[in-house]
Amino acid sequence: MNSLQTPLHRVQGLGASHSGTGHFWRQRITALALVPLGLWFTFAMLGLAGTNEVAVLSFLAHPWNALLMAAFASILLYHMSLGLQVVVDDYVHGAGARIFCLLLIRFVVIATISTCLFALIRIAAST
Amino acid sequence: MADKPQQPGHERPLSPHLSIYRWQVTMLASITHRATGIALSVGALVLAWWLVSISNGPEGYESFMSIATTPVGLVILFGFVWSLSFHMLNGIRHLAWDMGYGFNKVTATQTGSLVYVLSLVLAVGVFAFVWTGHAGYLQ
Repeated sequence: MNSLQTPLHRVQGLGASHSGTGHFWRQRITALALVPLGLWFTFAMLGLAGTNEVAVLSFLAHPWNALLMAAFASILLYHMSLGLQVVVDDYVHGAGARIFCLLLIRFVVIATISTCLFALIRIAAST
Repeated sequence: MADKPQQPGHERPLSPHLSIYRWQVTMLASITHRATGIALSVGALVLAWWLVSISNGPEGYESFMSIATTPVGLVILFGFVWSLSFHMLNGIRHLAWDMGYGFNKVTATQTGSLVYVLSLVLAVGVFAFVWTGHAGYLQ
Protein backbone atom coordinates (compact mmCIF):
# COMPACT_ATOMS: atom_id res chain seq x y z
CA MET A 1 0.00 0.00 0.00
CA ASN A 2 2.75 2.44 -0.94
CA SER A 3 0.53 4.13 -3.49
CA LEU A 4 -1.06 7.43 -2.76
CA GLN A 5 -3.91 6.57 -5.13
CA THR A 6 -7.22 6.00 -3.44
CA PRO A 7 -8.77 2.52 -3.90
CA LEU A 8 -11.60 4.16 -5.86
CA HIS A 9 -9.20 5.73 -8.35
CA ARG A 10 -7.40 2.41 -8.81
CA VAL A 11 -10.53 0.53 -9.86
CA GLN A 12 -11.83 3.25 -12.15
CA GLY A 13 -11.15 2.90 -15.86
CA LEU A 14 -10.21 -0.36 -17.55
CA GLY A 15 -6.52 -0.70 -16.72
CA ALA A 16 -3.66 -1.64 -19.02
CA SER A 17 -5.86 -3.58 -21.45
CA HIS A 18 -7.89 -0.41 -22.25
CA SER A 19 -10.99 -2.55 -22.65
CA GLY A 20 -13.25 -4.83 -20.70
CA THR A 21 -15.12 -7.96 -21.69
CA GLY A 22 -16.97 -6.19 -24.54
CA HIS A 23 -14.83 -7.76 -27.28
CA PHE A 24 -15.30 -11.26 -25.84
CA TRP A 25 -19.08 -10.90 -25.69
CA ARG A 26 -19.42 -9.37 -29.16
CA GLN A 27 -17.37 -12.22 -30.64
CA ARG A 28 -19.59 -14.83 -28.93
CA ILE A 29 -22.90 -13.17 -29.77
CA THR A 30 -21.96 -12.67 -33.44
CA ALA A 31 -20.75 -16.30 -33.52
CA LEU A 32 -24.10 -17.47 -32.17
CA ALA A 33 -26.00 -15.36 -34.74
CA LEU A 34 -23.82 -16.73 -37.55
CA VAL A 35 -24.80 -20.35 -36.88
CA PRO A 36 -28.42 -20.04 -38.18
CA LEU A 37 -27.42 -17.38 -40.73
CA GLY A 38 -24.58 -19.59 -42.01
CA LEU A 39 -26.97 -22.52 -42.36
CA TRP A 40 -29.42 -20.31 -44.29
CA PHE A 41 -26.54 -19.10 -46.49
CA THR A 42 -25.53 -22.71 -47.25
CA PHE A 43 -29.17 -23.55 -48.05
CA ALA A 44 -29.33 -20.53 -50.39
CA MET A 45 -26.00 -21.26 -52.12
CA LEU A 46 -26.92 -24.91 -52.71
CA GLY A 47 -30.31 -23.83 -54.04
CA LEU A 48 -28.71 -21.39 -56.46
CA ALA A 49 -25.81 -23.62 -57.58
CA GLY A 50 -26.11 -24.45 -61.25
CA THR A 51 -28.93 -21.96 -61.88
CA ASN A 52 -28.68 -18.84 -64.02
CA GLU A 53 -28.35 -15.14 -63.39
CA VAL A 54 -32.13 -14.60 -63.46
CA ALA A 55 -32.70 -17.09 -60.63
CA VAL A 56 -29.95 -15.52 -58.47
CA LEU A 57 -31.27 -12.02 -59.16
CA SER A 58 -34.89 -12.83 -58.32
CA PHE A 59 -33.83 -14.74 -55.19
CA LEU A 60 -31.79 -11.82 -53.84
CA ALA A 61 -34.44 -9.28 -54.86
CA HIS A 62 -36.95 -10.94 -52.53
CA PRO A 63 -37.16 -8.75 -49.38
CA TRP A 64 -36.65 -11.58 -46.86
CA ASN A 65 -33.69 -13.00 -48.74
CA ALA A 66 -32.16 -9.53 -49.17
CA LEU A 67 -32.60 -8.89 -45.45
CA LEU A 68 -31.06 -12.23 -44.45
CA MET A 69 -28.16 -11.75 -46.87
CA ALA A 70 -27.59 -8.22 -45.51
CA ALA A 71 -27.61 -9.58 -41.94
CA PHE A 72 -25.33 -12.49 -42.85
CA ALA A 73 -22.80 -10.29 -44.69
CA SER A 74 -22.65 -7.52 -42.07
CA ILE A 75 -22.52 -9.81 -39.01
CA LEU A 76 -19.97 -12.03 -40.77
CA LEU A 77 -17.77 -9.02 -41.52
CA TYR A 78 -18.14 -7.66 -37.97
CA HIS A 79 -17.20 -11.09 -36.54
CA MET A 80 -14.26 -11.11 -38.98
CA SER A 81 -12.98 -7.73 -37.75
CA LEU A 82 -13.18 -8.96 -34.13
CA GLY A 83 -11.30 -12.15 -35.03
CA LEU A 84 -8.61 -10.45 -37.11
CA GLN A 85 -8.12 -7.96 -34.28
CA VAL A 86 -7.14 -10.86 -31.99
CA VAL A 87 -4.67 -12.11 -34.60
CA VAL A 88 -3.11 -8.63 -34.82
CA ASP A 89 -3.03 -8.34 -31.01
CA ASP A 90 -1.15 -11.65 -30.87
CA TYR A 91 1.37 -11.26 -33.65
CA VAL A 92 1.88 -7.56 -34.46
CA HIS A 93 4.17 -5.93 -31.92
CA GLY A 94 4.95 -2.26 -31.79
CA ALA A 95 2.25 0.34 -31.19
CA GLY A 96 2.46 2.01 -34.63
CA ALA A 97 2.23 -1.18 -36.69
CA ARG A 98 -0.55 -2.49 -34.46
CA ILE A 99 -2.67 0.67 -34.77
CA PHE A 100 -2.06 0.70 -38.55
CA CYS A 101 -3.25 -2.92 -38.90
CA LEU A 102 -6.30 -2.39 -36.69
CA LEU A 103 -7.33 0.73 -38.61
CA LEU A 104 -6.77 -1.06 -41.93
CA ILE A 105 -9.00 -3.95 -40.82
CA ARG A 106 -11.75 -1.57 -39.72
CA PHE A 107 -11.59 0.44 -42.96
CA VAL A 108 -11.72 -2.70 -45.12
CA VAL A 109 -14.59 -4.15 -43.09
CA ILE A 110 -16.68 -0.96 -43.16
CA ALA A 111 -16.03 -0.54 -46.90
CA THR A 112 -16.98 -4.18 -47.58
CA ILE A 113 -20.19 -3.99 -45.50
CA SER A 114 -21.18 -0.80 -47.35
CA THR A 115 -20.39 -2.47 -50.69
CA CYS A 116 -22.53 -5.53 -49.87
CA LEU A 117 -25.48 -3.43 -48.70
CA PHE A 118 -25.28 -1.14 -51.74
CA ALA A 119 -25.10 -4.15 -54.08
CA LEU A 120 -28.21 -5.62 -52.42
CA ILE A 121 -30.07 -2.31 -52.83
CA ARG A 122 -29.08 -2.17 -56.51
CA ILE A 123 -30.30 -5.75 -56.99
CA ALA A 124 -33.61 -4.95 -55.28
CA ALA A 125 -34.02 -1.80 -57.38
CA SER A 126 -33.20 -3.54 -60.67
CA THR A 127 -36.14 -5.96 -60.61
CA MET B 1 25.11 -4.39 -12.03
CA ALA B 2 23.85 -0.90 -11.50
CA ASP B 3 25.86 0.65 -14.32
CA LYS B 4 24.71 -1.99 -16.79
CA PRO B 5 21.02 -1.51 -17.57
CA GLN B 6 18.89 -4.51 -18.35
CA GLN B 7 18.94 -5.32 -22.06
CA PRO B 8 15.56 -6.47 -23.33
CA GLY B 9 15.55 -9.67 -25.33
CA HIS B 10 19.02 -10.67 -24.17
CA GLU B 11 19.58 -13.72 -21.93
CA ARG B 12 16.10 -13.45 -20.60
CA PRO B 13 13.90 -16.52 -20.19
CA LEU B 14 11.29 -17.13 -22.88
CA SER B 15 8.06 -19.03 -22.53
CA PRO B 16 8.11 -22.39 -24.38
CA HIS B 17 7.33 -21.94 -28.05
CA LEU B 18 5.39 -24.02 -30.55
CA SER B 19 8.31 -26.34 -31.38
CA ILE B 20 8.60 -27.48 -27.74
CA TYR B 21 5.19 -29.11 -27.57
CA ARG B 22 4.11 -32.49 -28.88
CA TRP B 23 1.42 -32.07 -31.54
CA GLN B 24 -2.05 -32.81 -30.21
CA VAL B 25 -5.56 -32.73 -31.64
CA THR B 26 -6.71 -29.90 -29.36
CA MET B 27 -3.72 -27.76 -30.30
CA LEU B 28 -4.10 -28.51 -34.01
CA ALA B 29 -7.83 -27.70 -33.87
CA SER B 30 -7.06 -24.36 -32.22
CA ILE B 31 -4.52 -23.47 -34.91
CA THR B 32 -6.87 -24.65 -37.66
CA HIS B 33 -9.69 -22.54 -36.17
CA ARG B 34 -7.57 -19.43 -36.53
CA ALA B 35 -6.30 -20.39 -40.00
CA THR B 36 -9.80 -21.11 -41.30
CA GLY B 37 -10.96 -17.81 -39.78
CA ILE B 38 -8.30 -15.95 -41.76
CA ALA B 39 -9.21 -17.92 -44.91
CA LEU B 40 -12.89 -17.06 -44.41
CA SER B 41 -11.96 -13.37 -44.19
CA VAL B 42 -10.85 -13.70 -47.80
CA GLY B 43 -14.08 -15.60 -48.42
CA ALA B 44 -16.07 -12.64 -47.07
CA LEU B 45 -14.41 -10.41 -49.65
CA VAL B 46 -15.33 -12.93 -52.38
CA LEU B 47 -18.94 -12.83 -51.11
CA ALA B 48 -18.92 -9.04 -51.56
CA TRP B 49 -17.44 -9.50 -55.05
CA TRP B 50 -20.20 -12.00 -55.89
CA LEU B 51 -22.95 -9.60 -54.72
CA VAL B 52 -21.42 -6.71 -56.70
CA SER B 53 -21.15 -8.89 -59.82
CA ILE B 54 -24.86 -9.78 -59.59
CA SER B 55 -25.79 -6.11 -59.15
CA ASN B 56 -23.79 -5.33 -62.32
CA GLY B 57 -26.18 -7.30 -64.49
CA PRO B 58 -25.74 -10.41 -66.70
CA GLU B 59 -22.26 -9.50 -68.02
CA GLY B 60 -20.89 -8.88 -64.52
CA TYR B 61 -22.33 -12.15 -63.25
CA GLU B 62 -20.98 -14.07 -66.25
CA SER B 63 -17.47 -12.73 -65.72
CA PHE B 64 -17.58 -13.73 -62.02
CA MET B 65 -18.86 -17.22 -62.84
CA SER B 66 -16.25 -17.75 -65.59
CA ILE B 67 -13.52 -17.14 -62.99
CA ALA B 68 -15.25 -19.05 -60.16
CA THR B 69 -15.85 -22.20 -62.21
CA THR B 70 -12.25 -22.67 -63.35
CA PRO B 71 -10.48 -25.69 -61.73
CA VAL B 72 -8.48 -23.33 -59.48
CA GLY B 73 -11.69 -21.49 -58.59
CA LEU B 74 -13.39 -24.75 -57.62
CA VAL B 75 -10.43 -25.83 -55.46
CA ILE B 76 -10.59 -22.46 -53.67
CA LEU B 77 -14.36 -22.85 -53.33
CA PHE B 78 -13.87 -26.28 -51.73
CA GLY B 79 -11.38 -24.63 -49.36
CA PHE B 80 -13.99 -22.03 -48.38
CA VAL B 81 -16.70 -24.68 -47.91
CA TRP B 82 -14.45 -26.81 -45.69
CA SER B 83 -13.22 -23.73 -43.80
CA LEU B 84 -16.80 -22.62 -43.11
CA SER B 85 -17.75 -26.15 -41.99
CA PHE B 86 -14.73 -26.42 -39.70
CA HIS B 87 -14.99 -22.89 -38.28
CA MET B 88 -18.72 -23.29 -37.57
CA LEU B 89 -18.42 -26.75 -35.96
CA ASN B 90 -15.34 -25.80 -33.94
CA GLY B 91 -17.01 -22.49 -33.07
CA ILE B 92 -19.93 -24.43 -31.56
CA ARG B 93 -17.31 -26.45 -29.63
CA HIS B 94 -15.87 -23.16 -28.35
CA LEU B 95 -19.33 -21.88 -27.36
CA ALA B 96 -19.89 -25.13 -25.41
CA TRP B 97 -16.58 -24.54 -23.60
CA ASP B 98 -17.67 -20.97 -22.79
CA MET B 99 -20.72 -22.43 -21.06
CA GLY B 100 -18.48 -24.85 -19.16
CA TYR B 101 -19.13 -28.06 -21.10
CA GLY B 102 -16.60 -30.45 -22.63
CA PHE B 103 -13.48 -29.23 -20.85
CA ASN B 104 -12.48 -32.76 -19.82
CA LYS B 105 -9.16 -33.71 -21.47
CA VAL B 106 -10.50 -36.86 -23.15
CA THR B 107 -13.72 -35.11 -24.22
CA ALA B 108 -11.86 -32.13 -25.67
CA THR B 109 -9.65 -34.44 -27.75
CA GLN B 110 -12.63 -36.51 -28.94
CA THR B 111 -14.70 -33.47 -29.96
CA GLY B 112 -11.61 -32.07 -31.70
CA SER B 113 -11.27 -35.20 -33.84
CA LEU B 114 -15.04 -35.22 -34.40
CA VAL B 115 -14.91 -31.65 -35.75
CA TYR B 116 -12.22 -32.67 -38.27
CA VAL B 117 -14.19 -35.70 -39.47
CA LEU B 118 -17.58 -33.94 -39.59
CA SER B 119 -16.22 -30.86 -41.37
CA LEU B 120 -14.68 -33.03 -44.10
CA VAL B 121 -17.89 -35.05 -44.44
CA LEU B 122 -19.91 -31.82 -44.70
CA ALA B 123 -17.60 -30.24 -47.29
CA VAL B 124 -17.47 -33.38 -49.45
CA GLY B 125 -21.23 -33.78 -48.93
CA VAL B 126 -21.92 -30.27 -50.22
CA PHE B 127 -19.90 -30.92 -53.39
CA ALA B 128 -21.45 -34.37 -53.85
CA PHE B 129 -24.92 -32.81 -53.42
CA VAL B 130 -24.20 -30.40 -56.27
CA TRP B 131 -22.48 -32.91 -58.57
CA THR B 132 -25.28 -35.48 -58.22
CA GLY B 133 -27.69 -32.83 -59.50
CA HIS B 134 -29.63 -32.21 -56.25
CA ALA B 135 -28.72 -28.50 -56.05
CA GLY B 136 -30.35 -25.61 -57.85
CA TYR B 137 -33.75 -26.09 -56.18
CA LEU B 138 -34.32 -22.33 -55.94
CA GLN B 139 -34.77 -21.96 -59.70
